Amino acid sequence: MAGLHKSEFENPVVNWIDTRMPIFTMMQKEYGSFPTPKNFNYFWNFGALAMISLAIMIATGIFLAMNYTAHTTLAFDSVERIMRDVNYGWLLRYVHANGASMFFIVVYIHIFRALYYGSYKAPRELLFMLGVVILLLMMATAFMGYVLPWGQMSYWGATVITNLFSAIPIVGESIVTWLWGGFSVDNPTLNRFYSLHYLMPFMITGVVFLHIVALHITGSNNPLGIDVKTPQDTLPFHPYYTAKDSIGICVYLLVFAGLVFFAPNFLNHPDNYIPANPLVTPAHIVPEWYFLPYYAILRSVPNKLGGVILMFSSIAVLFFLPWLDTSPVRSSRFRPIYKQLILVMVASFLVLGYVGGKPPEGIYVVLGRVATAYWFLHFLVLLPILGKLEKPLPLPESIARPVVRRPPPGGGGGPLPQGATAKPMEKS
Amino acid sequence: MRAAALALGLLASAALAPCAFAQGHEAVRAPKESWSFNGPFGTFDRASMQRGFQVYKEVCSNCHSMKEMYYRNLTAIGLSEEQVKAIAASATVPGGTDDSGQPVERPALPSDHFRSPFANDKAARAANGGALPPDQSLIIKARENGSDYVHALLNGYRDPPPGVKVSEGQYYNEYFPGNQLAMAPPLQDGAVTYADGTQATVDQMSRDVVQFLTWTSNPELETRKRMGVKIVIFLAMMTGLTYAVKKKVWKDVH
Repeated sequence: MAGLHKSEFENPVVNWIDTRMPIFTMMQKEYGSFPTPKNFNYFWNFGALAMISLAIMIATGIFLAMNYTAHTTLAFDSVERIMRDVNYGWLLRYVHANGASMFFIVVYIHIFRALYYGSYKAPRELLFMLGVVILLLMMATAFMGYVLPWGQMSYWGATVITNLFSAIPIVGESIVTWLWGGFSVDNPTLNRFYSLHYLMPFMITGVVFLHIVALHITGSNNPLGIDVKTPQDTLPFHPYYTAKDSIGICVYLLVFAGLVFFAPNFLNHPDNYIPANPLVTPAHIVPEWYFLPYYAILRSVPNKLGGVILMFSSIAVLFFLPWLDTSPVRSSRFRPIYKQLILVMVASFLVLGYVGGKPPEGIYVVLGRVATAYWFLHFLVLLPILGKLEKPLPLPESIARPVVRRPPPGGGGGPLPQGATAKPMEKS
Repeated sequence: MRAAALALGLLASAALAPCAFAQGHEAVRAPKESWSFNGPFGTFDRASMQRGFQVYKEVCSNCHSMKEMYYRNLTAIGLSEEQVKAIAASATVPGGTDDSGQPVERPALPSDHFRSPFANDKAARAANGGALPPDQSLIIKARENGSDYVHALLNGYRDPPPGVKVSEGQYYNEYFPGNQLAMAPPLQDGAVTYADGTQATVDQMSRDVVQFLTWTSNPELETRKRMGVKIVIFLAMMTGLTYAVKKKVWKDVH
């Protein structure tokens, strides 16, 4: 009987299964007794919230798909049929539509948490990069999902965004034709977007799984940004963090319910309740709110190819963040300058979002360019320099004893306690 | 550090600055009205909706279609099944083909969509000086602050200000983007005669029709808000309970 798992579960059925396929032991290890830093603040809720968002989107999406028709002549009316005649169809659709917004709000805060507390630094670089992959997949999924109701913004948004690829020299036009499956956004486009919109959430699920595997190898970062050293620094995930995450989930659901039940179209554009019409262009074509910052970057460059490159670079730069940030200290708490710069970065992101929703004229162009410039300045120039110039505050001894070491006479941060810093990257 | 604070201040002031810029030659923003269906406990005013349906039927529906609506839906505004049957039967709709393959017409049933005034968009344009009267099923959701906007638009016909030339077949309206629209003022005082004795002023009729149109755009509104109130109360209690559980679980952690 070599190779069988020696299960410690008492329930005979559980034990029988666990002996042959130790998933119960695995769950117990990864979500029950999993040692988790004891000092998480509520920013650490947002990973769990993102999982919940994904689950809600897939669940509602599957039921919507049962009632949706992916054809240019029927799509709009089939959505209205869901809203009017399908039992609780309006609930499914409003949860799905606002769920996308909730998902992005949660993920943006989750990313902010990672940036603020240096969760991208060694040894969590791969974990962070997988997160950026999830963000990109989410963006593709959300974009294609928005096309499905086949309203005016669906159609014209799809036209504008797919046309971006025409900026690629020589092969651009061919790529766009290939993406469309024809010579304009039309039924083949709608059909393939529907197919991909159904596929990609499961790709996201796969990458989320890898994201969690990586997380459970490195362990979580924490607000102090220092490594876990002794068992006194940690608590078992259950019941401590299941309880703490539950509070976050309740508050998340409250906000979600507020949107769905009392302002279901607050984040939507009215034009998307007008059926798609290739002959009438809306006065202002704007993407969903969560794309506005990138849209602003795109439009802040007078050259189309330049705009497209800059827009994709604005996210691609995150892949290099673990190496662009040269400071060995993770948490902003101990980085007086970075702590301020990251707020400026958040402000520039918000300004970009604001500008993206406005017509590209006058002051908005200037604002968009200033904010775009800062975005790249922050990641490509300030972070690499800052690690060399900034004097970090003294780091605490351990999570369990968050006492700051007295700086040695002569000032300065003093030597950092062992293991308190990220390991410097290896130069290749 | 000072540079960071400065940069942040610059960005913030730059972000707030545009609020001071007025937007030129845009339509006037529709004034905010207080509707019975606003707010978390909002409901439709049944009497007003029924009057609004009358306005829609006698005035709007001569040009505007309402393709997403069925006659059967009208029971939700407080009409009886018999009334709905009679309303449906008063409209003639295409009824497929007879045994020899010729198209026939028949009186509508409650299970039929509202009859459209024109056979297709081209016919609608031809009858309306080239302009297409938009379908009204979703008109409230398809406009920014739709209820306020439609009410304002119906009351917004004015003489053009001096210097503004209104094109042939167009009418000046304060609230319409671009200020010129092809729809002639659709309501005049007394355009309909209300059975309940309400004075049919333009303002009254526009309020009634907005009640009706808000319902056709959001037929789930009352159910949605009622359910929302219950769910929010439940979640609020759940949040409190969860917080208490967390406190208990964490009480020995220091």
